[in-house]
Amino acid sequence: MTILGILIPVSLFLGGIGLAAFFWSLKNRQYEDPQGDASRILTKDWDDRPKP
Amino acid sequence: MTALPRLETTPSACPACAVVPSAQRLAAMSVAAGGRIMLSLPGVHCAACISTVEGGLASLPGVRSARVNLTLRRVSVDAEPAVLTETLILALNLLGYEAHELDAGLLSATETDRQGRDLLMRLGVAGFSMMNVMLLSVAVWSGAEDATRDMFHWISAAIAIPTVIFAGQPFFRSAWTALKAGRLGMDVPISLAIILASSISLYETTKGGHHAYFDAAVMLTFFLLAGRYLDHRTRAVARSAAEELAALEVPRAIVLRDGTEQVLPVSGVSVGDLVLVRPGGRMPVDGIVTEGSSEVDRSLLTGESLPVYAGPGTVISAGEVNLTGLLTLRVSAAGKDSSLHRMADLVAVAESAKTRYTSLADRAARLYSPGVHLLSFGAFAAWMWITGGDIRFAINISAAVLIITCPCALGLAVPAVVTAASGKLFRKGLLIKHGTALERLAEVDTVVFDKTGTLTLGMPEPTNLQDHPVEVRAVAVALARASSHPLAMALAAAGGGAAGVSGIVEVPGYGIEGQWRGRRVRLGRAGWTGAEPLDVTATYLSLGAASHAFTFADRLRPGAEAAVQALAAQGKKVLLISGDAEGAVRDLAQRLGITGWTAGALPAEKAAAVAQLSAQGHRVLMVGDGLNDTAALAAAHVSISPASALDAARVASDIVLLGQDMAPIGDATRIAAQATRRIKENFAISILYNVVAVPVALVGLATPLAAALAMSLSSITVSLNALRLK
Repeated sequence: MTILGILIPVSLFLGGIGLAAFFWSLKNRQYEDPQGDASRILTKDWDDRPKP
Repeated sequence: MTALPRLETTPSACPACAVVPSAQRLAAMSVAAGGRIMLSLPGVHCAACISTVEGGLASLPGVRSARVNLTLRRVSVDAEPAVLTETLILALNLLGYEAHELDAGLLSATETDRQGRDLLMRLGVAGFSMMNVMLLSVAVWSGAEDATRDMFHWISAAIAIPTVIFAGQPFFRSAWTALKAGRLGMDVPISLAIILASSISLYETTKGGHHAYFDAAVMLTFFLLAGRYLDHRTRAVARSAAEELAALEVPRAIVLRDGTEQVLPVSGVSVGDLVLVRPGGRMPVDGIVTEGSSEVDRSLLTGESLPVYAGPGTVISAGEVNLTGLLTLRVSAAGKDSSLHRMADLVAVAESAKTRYTSLADRAARLYSPGVHLLSFGAFAAWMWITGGDIRFAINISAAVLIITCPCALGLAVPAVVTAASGKLFRKGLLIKHGTALERLAEVDTVVFDKTGTLTLGMPEPTNLQDHPVEVRAVAVALARASSHPLAMALAAAGGGAAGVSGIVEVPGYGIEGQWRGRRVRLGRAGWTGAEPLDVTATYLSLGAASHAFTFADRLRPGAEAAVQALAAQGKKVLLISGDAEGAVRDLAQRLGITGWTAGALPAEKAAAVAQLSAQGHRVLMVGDGLNDTAALAAAHVSISPASALDAARVASDIVLLGQDMAPIGDATRIAAQATRRIKENFAISILYNVVAVPVALVGLATPLAAALAMSLSSITVSLNALRLK
């Protein structure tokens, strides 16, 4: 059972990373236009060179 | 704004150098703030549209960047201050997209935006801790014992209690306001359940008990927050787009004072002033014509599609459009006293008379809330008596009852359906402005249409061109090309080749005159050209002794026929009430197959007709756009107006039609009826779950596992049922 002493903190830490990533995405306003972002990935405008 | 302090603290070799870029940057920032233009684009729907719109706008001179938001169907353009919104709208029209201006100042009011992100953050926290607590709970359910169970309970408590305190705040706050006002809303039992579940679990954990409801408390918070977030998003989308469909015109007037022309805001005009109105301009005030002659378009006020002659002595109301000649008015009423504002008063009266509609969710909550409390306290009292005063056991039972009956499904049932339905309608170009509009729309059995600007576009189309000889047509076209009168422009656009007519002059208010093969030819009003007036919209051409009548019909709005047919097919009574002349209304009614029509109705008569229908027990849907419809829109059970409508009409209506096409109205009533049915089904599902689970909880057999199962199953069935909407 001593393995729990390692596994539980590890799983909580990994979950915490996920939560931090969620906060970061929220702060970066990534939920403003979910439909648009889903479509934008399909455009071919900047396939050859990066957007200036 | 943040640029300045940062520059000051940056160590720099040359302090003076830093000042220059900072000033430049500040200047650039102030321009950027002033040059942001928001446009509503009801037609964008795909990845290719994004590229077309953004590329097309960016290629215009003066546009720095453009970004499409596909979810909200709008584009935000960063442009030099010199760029006019009209230019952008025209460019978008050429690309094939309808565009309307939005007021960027109002849109940047980020209060709703902030609230939405706040809710989303709480939802994320609740989701995170629900997953972790659930994993620990699974271990407990599968048989962890003694020290291991206690440790798992303690870890769960460490995750769940802070989460509940943080994520449950929206419920606690609204429950507190409800209690202070002496009401039992939906949020009081929710908060009670969350708090009771957490505290009883904490107590059990300290005593090393078997059952802890941490997972239930967190899950409850998560599911209810999900419902709350959906609800918030639907309302935020509707509110931001509907309220800010900006009025395009700023009311200004050209006032003649001491022989000079001054442009003043309407509030600065006083009775007795002389006001100049140019052709194409809208009348800013009520008044009497003192000089000049012209024709005025009254369609927005009265629904008349035929322009009316105006000369010295004619009484003019604010809101009419001057068509052909320069007019000077002596102001008889301005601002608050003008007829435009009297109409607004009419709306206020109609709205206060409108019966307050209670939504299905409110009606359900009214029954549900007291019931849950009674049940829980009843269980507590009964078990106190049975066990002879075992408080710990009795509280456990009453907490279990509260958790099981808690309206997870109820809190999700309505928002999930409303979100699905309004998303579907938004994709079809309908914007639901009001929360209960969908439910009200589902009850409609009578539909009242306005004519001008609603079923028709207010753009005339010649109807009998082919009846005239080619020569006559050519002369008419030649004359029509010289005028900006709507009938003349329609004739010039549709008529084909022009004859060689010389010496063309426009006589404002009457028509156009010229010389053709040595004869005088005239195109214009019946009296002026010596023709017999017809009772439909027409202009008359006099060629020597003979006269020819060119008749016009208003162009139908695309989808108008489809909408009327769809509504009739659904068994709804369709009526046409217009302020226009009898002939035009009769023609349109026949074209669309509407049997019940009224012509020449005044604004108050329209509202009265709607009120009378309501009094007979009908649920009326009013579709209208003009100022004359505003009172009727407010008086109807539910109302729709097109985006091209006057802003007063849009404000008074519950649903705004974003595109030109009217066909979605037929779909809207169908989807609304379906959505209401789904809401009721969802209520039935939640009640069914409660009927099964509550007796189990009451007899004290509800384990945390049973509570978790009941809660998640009912929430998931309800959400899936909402998604079945077609």
